[in-house]
Amino acid sequence: MIWNESKECMSRDEMEHLQSSRLVKQVNYVYHNVEYYRKKMQAAGLEPGDIRGIEDITKLPFTTKDDLRNTYPCGLFAVPRSEVVRIHASSGTTGKATVVGYTRRDIEIWSECVSRVLAMADIGKNDTVQVSYGYGLFTGGLGAHYGVENVGATVVPLSTGNTKKQLTMMKDLGVTAIMCTPSGVTAIMCTPSYLMYLTESIEEQGILDELQLKSAVCGAEPWTEEMRNQIESRLHIKAHDIYGLSEIMGPGVAGDCVYHKGLHINEDHFLPEIISADTLTPIGDGEIGELVFTTLTKEALPLIRYRTKDLTSITHGKCECGRTTARLSRFVGRSDDMLIIRGVNVFPSQVEAALLEMGEVSPNYLMIVDRVNNLDTLEVLVEVDEKFFSDEIKELENLTKKITHVLQQALLIQPKVKLVEPKTLERSEGKAKRVIDNRKL
Amino acid sequence: MILKQLSVFVENKEGRMKDITQVLKDSGINIKTLSLADTTEYGMLRLIVSDPDLAKAKLREAGFPVSITDVLAVKADDRIGFLHDMLLKLDANITSIEYMYTLPTEEGPVVILKVANPAEVEKVLENI
Repeated sequence: MIWNESKECMSRDEMEHLQSSRLVKQVNYVYHNVEYYRKKMQAAGLEPGDIRGIEDITKLPFTTKDDLRNTYPCGLFAVPRSEVVRIHASSGTTGKATVVGYTRRDIEIWSECVSRVLAMADIGKNDTVQVSYGYGLFTGGLGAHYGVENVGATVVPLSTGNTKKQLTMMKDLGVTAIMCTPSGVTAIMCTPSYLMYLTESIEEQGILDELQLKSAVCGAEPWTEEMRNQIESRLHIKAHDIYGLSEIMGPGVAGDCVYHKGLHINEDHFLPEIISADTLTPIGDGEIGELVFTTLTKEALPLIRYRTKDLTSITHGKCECGRTTARLSRFVGRSDDMLIIRGVNVFPSQVEAALLEMGEVSPNYLMIVDRVNNLDTLEVLVEVDEKFFSDEIKELENLTKKITHVLQQALLIQPKVKLVEPKTLERSEGKAKRVIDNRKL
Repeated sequence: MILKQLSVFVENKEGRMKDITQVLKDSGINIKTLSLADTTEYGMLRLIVSDPDLAKAKLREAGFPVSITDVLAVKADDRIGFLHDMLLKLDANITSIEYMYTLPTEEGPVVILKVANPAEVEKVLENI
């Protein structure tokens, strides 16, 4: 099922023509509405007229998370607040969130993009979709929700957690009631690790036969082909990948079709580039580099050449499904030190900043990330410092609790904190190793 | 009497206690008594030694988090009810004990107490 054939199946020429005209408009729009960008372009000796099409994209300066931080909270917004209908935020590198905004039209386009991905997973108006992404500042929940409504399916907004309730809803909505067509939850949207967790609970309770689940659309964290195979074979469903990032929009920037030959980018709205993370110059199809996006139609927060820090490659060429949009290959990692733990962006520097702010602990720490029973775990080892050392266990336990609380506030996920002897944490080349990621992805 | 007690933070790792005793032995320090409090992740080793200041310096050098804490040493009578009488006195003076262990001496056992205000408690316990 293709949601918008006129856009998703364009010839390369048509697509590039559309992208070029939208890029020219977007650059003009940004230049005249965002002071920060105007100054940046002026500093690079650029005027909007210098950009005549997508071939000129490399003339434009990059945007990074630092630019969003420098202009915190809304300095890059191109519209007055009266035009902004929604705010989302993701965690930033130093504890400050990255704030993103949407106009009514941005939300419509977002819903359109999510709808396209849902159609790739064959989800339509007859489906009942359980949205088990977190609702709130995180773009996952509401982004998915609006997409599901847009395709006309029934949305069950469960958000994350409360596994028991998740399963009850999944099961009970299938029961026939008067005047109600019997249709249980047929699709679920959540992080792949949470779906693995739900899979285990479903197996434990032995309720798979009572479910009518046929597909899942998972994203917000990296996962492997092996995880997809497990989910598909254990739940007897089709599992699809959805990609996005809040700065660009949220989930729905790209998604994969039934052929699983890469994620189709909604490139009429988001112009992709792959650059070498070292030289920052564009690299060719199939080669791995950093993914960069330029929004082509965003109103509230248009971004020019935003460096996602995600490492992947792009291929063009028609897919067996009939779509002609460029496709992203599997993500191979990050060009910075950001970790994605339970779908939440975590930077090691956040831990350091939080510990320093506490003032009563050493800022020497080690983060150990693992996946236990398919759920991400985060353990933070903190060195005991003589300055705050107490010989009473009670005090040390209080300290552990306090560190846990402070870190949870900063990271938005609860870590397990463990006190260790000083100088036990490995140091290499004068720089301490801060992260051990034991997840096998 | 108020004694200087050495407190050492020890991770639950194989051979860690031996590393501490090695340092003390090499520094010619005698251990009079010790108590080990443990949690699932780490332990707190409390020691009464012949030279607490030297021991602290040497252990610190070896990378252990170590501190010196004032504890109260109370000579115990070897009789039924002594500990109970002592606790009654402490209770009457609303003093709580953080931890307690004993030190054997030639003149009999001594009770080591960690309290918030050892000097005051010492006066309270003068005649049990």
